[in-house]
Amino acid sequence: MYIFKRILTMILTIWVITTLTFIIMHSIPGDPFASDADVLPEEVLENMRAKFNLDEPLPVQYVLYLKNLVQFDLGPSIQSETRDVNTLISDGFPASAILGLQSLVIALVFGLLLGIIAALNHNGMLDYAAMAFAILGISIPSFILAPLLINYFAVKWGMFPVASWGTWQHTILPSVALATAPLAIVARFMRSSMLDVMNQNYIKTADAKGLAITGIVIKHGVRNALIPVISFIGPLAAFLLTGTFVIEKIFAIPGIGKYFVDSIFNRDFPVILGTTIFFSTILIVTLFLVDISYRIVDPRIKLTSRGE
Amino acid sequence: MAEPKKDDVLFRPVDRSRFQQEKIVRPSMSQWKETTVKILRNKLAILGLGLLVIITILAIIGPHLVPFNYSDQNLSGKNLPPGPEHWFGTDSLGRDMWARTWYGARISLTIGLAAAVIDLILGLIVGGISGYMAGRGKFGDKVDGFLMRIVEILYGIPYLLVVILLLVVMKPGLWTIIIALSITGWVGMARIVRGQILQLKEQEYVAAAEKLGTPHRKIIMRHLFPNMIGIIIVNLTFTIPQAIFAESFLSFIGLGVQAPIASWGTMANDALGVILTGQWWRLFFPGFMISLTMFAFNVFGDGLQDALDPQSKE
Repeated sequence: MYIFKRILTMILTIWVITTLTFIIMHSIPGDPFASDADVLPEEVLENMRAKFNLDEPLPVQYVLYLKNLVQFDLGPSIQSETRDVNTLISDGFPASAILGLQSLVIALVFGLLLGIIAALNHNGMLDYAAMAFAILGISIPSFILAPLLINYFAVKWGMFPVASWGTWQHTILPSVALATAPLAIVARFMRSSMLDVMNQNYIKTADAKGLAITGIVIKHGVRNALIPVISFIGPLAAFLLTGTFVIEKIFAIPGIGKYFVDSIFNRDFPVILGTTIFFSTILIVTLFLVDISYRIVDPRIKLTSRGE
Repeated sequence: MAEPKKDDVLFRPVDRSRFQQEKIVRPSMSQWKETTVKILRNKLAILGLGLLVIITILAIIGPHLVPFNYSDQNLSGKNLPPGPEHWFGTDSLGRDMWARTWYGARISLTIGLAAAVIDLILGLIVGGISGYMAGRGKFGDKVDGFLMRIVEILYGIPYLLVVILLLVVMKPGLWTIIIALSITGWVGMARIVRGQILQLKEQEYVAAAEKLGTPHRKIIMRHLFPNMIGIIIVNLTFTIPQAIFAESFLSFIGLGVQAPIASWGTMANDALGVILTGQWWRLFFPGFMISLTMFAFNVFGDGLQDALDPQSKE
């Protein structure tokens, strides 16, 4: 019953997002055929508008779109003549998802380790080293880091391919470039949270009972310190999985990150809506998973008054 | 009365020096005073604060220390490396990088700080209410659900679309940038605050405060927020550089500051094209200033966390 209700709410939320996006994208100036307007005769333009239902009044367009949407048809792309929005997404998503998942794993594993080590060595050398790294990681944006990585690891030392997509080696540099900033943020959150938790009475109790330090850190410390990291990586996962414009562009990766930006500049209305719905679905599901994992990590947490 | 014998186990004179240890030596301090004292004792925090003060002062007087304006072009002296005349070198239009760096500091620091303050206020209010109301009866669940759906919707609508819409309605300028950054900027903070509150409100001291009849507002302000100060500060220190970089992206699509006005983000962006030509100063100075500001905020934030955290009393 609870799950059923949540799914219903999710569908409702996606409908609100779709509607608002529809309204906003039609209230900004611009036309998908703006670049063709000078070269093509008026009749051709009218035909093209009719093909994409753009000659209909907006409420009719809206209803037509929703009709297709409930059948999971995201419609044709105006820019791409051969592929519709469903194909654009299914073609590009695997590359974006692999890249996103790898970066997420790198950011989580190394971020958590760095944060825990820093917290356990509070104000020690390791703490300072880890935090200096974290500060560098967050203050170098990916569009600067990526060219630097390519210049050294690919061009000068030849360890990895320069760009493009195909083998596993191709995924290393973009994953690292994409993971650096989230890694630094995870490390900072974890350090701060661990410092709080390691001061709690139950840690002192466990220590006084003579439990092994690794057991205390993992079972009592890390588990209770994870909440901020979970809050942070939920939305991050959605953003990473659906591709990033900058990294995919620099490394020439055939992902879907570019459609989020290009479709808006081209006023490719079906692609704008399609990518937004796709992203929102993933986002809302991850936010739901975040709420569930709060309770797994800390069973005392109550999300609803019925304790589900 | 006979002196008790030394080996009398039942009656022995009390060793008075032991009470001395339990005497309260430390005068009781107000929270404000205690925080100040703790911060002043933390050398790294003082270093961070000092750096922030220096950067702010240079942002105010820096551009006036050289005889060049941030927008003065000099095509015969372009791409000069740092030297006695141009302390930070010149860019591809012969503009003095020192003047531009410190003029840019005004824009970038204003944007960063304003975005951080707005994120903080909205994030604390929405996240605080949402987390505190969750699991508190049917009405509480509804409030939490409603606020979190708003967060989901703001995450979901394409940011770029909203920004272009803003561009249509408002003139490009500092405040437009700050509004564009704040529209969705606070949702991350709200989610993190909510997560923390969900966990902290189940702690024993909150239950105790509640049983004693402490009003909800006071529980949130006095018991919950101070215990998550570390996470809040960490999140704030990220907001500032992220806002500085986001501004350069907004400038790129025409919504940010307009040339010839400089900001650290746009200077770093402009320097990307020449990154491999050896004109290192183009990227180094704005990049270094962003990192230095980050470093200063971080170490000062760490000191603040130690000083404000009620659990870390020595």
